[in-house]
Amino acid sequence: MFMRSSTAALAALFFASTAPLAQAAEKPTDPQIAHIAYTADTIDIEAAKLAIKKSKNKEVVDFAKDMERDHEAVNKQALDLVKKLKVTPEDNDTSKALAKAAKEERAKLAKLKGADFDKAYIENEVAYHKQVNGALETLLIPSASNAELKSLLETGLKIFQGHEQHAEHVAGMLK
Amino acid sequence: MRPLLLAPALALALGASPALAATIEVTIDKLVFSPANVQAKVGDTIEWTNKDVLAHTATVKGGWDVMIPAKSTGKVTLKAAGAVDYFCRFHPNMKGHVEVAP
Ligand SMILES: [Cu+2]
Repeated sequence: MFMRSSTAALAALFFASTAPLAQAAEKPTDPQIAHIAYTADTIDIEAAKLAIKKSKNKEVVDFAKDMERDHEAVNKQALDLVKKLKVTPEDNDTSKALAKAAKEERAKLAKLKGADFDKAYIENEVAYHKQVNGALETLLIPSASNAELKSLLETGLKIFQGHEQHAEHVAGMLK
Repeated sequence: MRPLLLAPALALALGASPALAATIEVTIDKLVFSPANVQAKVGDTIEWTNKDVLAHTATVKGGWDVMIPAKSTGKVTLKAAGAVDYFCRFHPNMKGHVEVAP
């Protein structure tokens, strides 16, 4: 029963936090896109750090380490690119909404323990990667004007899609 | 007498048949194995060169599991004939296929 309500809460959060991305009618600029991408990566690194600290499940900890390693590598690449392009990432409403939703999610996860934590973390990882994939496909990639930034985002999409499948696989093992 | 002395060395060389075993190169760039499909023979080696900043694996369910670190290589020597699908454990959307002839 507890599981169910926790999943429902996650689903509600997922839809609530998708809204700012879906409704951003105005095309974000490259400096804003760079900021959104960096924020999205950082959120997943922070969630991974929490899981590495809290989880006792080897599959979950291994998955979290994979997330931390990949997203740190991607962020480094993103930072190298903005430096090269002389673009200064610019904070914006989408980044703020993402960061706020992530903070709430982390607070929720922090209260859970053991198998409840593992399940909630992995389910959120599936939902979160799905959400970011949607944003990349429908908003960020089409809006990017610099070709190198666009290419980085396209690779980012493949990484996030891979992580989503990886998370689904781990979620299947927890059942 | 000389040819006789050479014979064992020759037999050894033929037995190991290094000239017949090939190394097949597969490149990984932006989460894509290319070529995605390769044909090989038992005894051949597949070597993956990873150009990404991410670690990948080449994994066969119930079979080999090759770690391919970022900006590095990984390889496997094929021991059994048959066709296998492989994928990356970290990014299961990365897929490849190997046909191994006896
Ligand atoms: Cu991979």
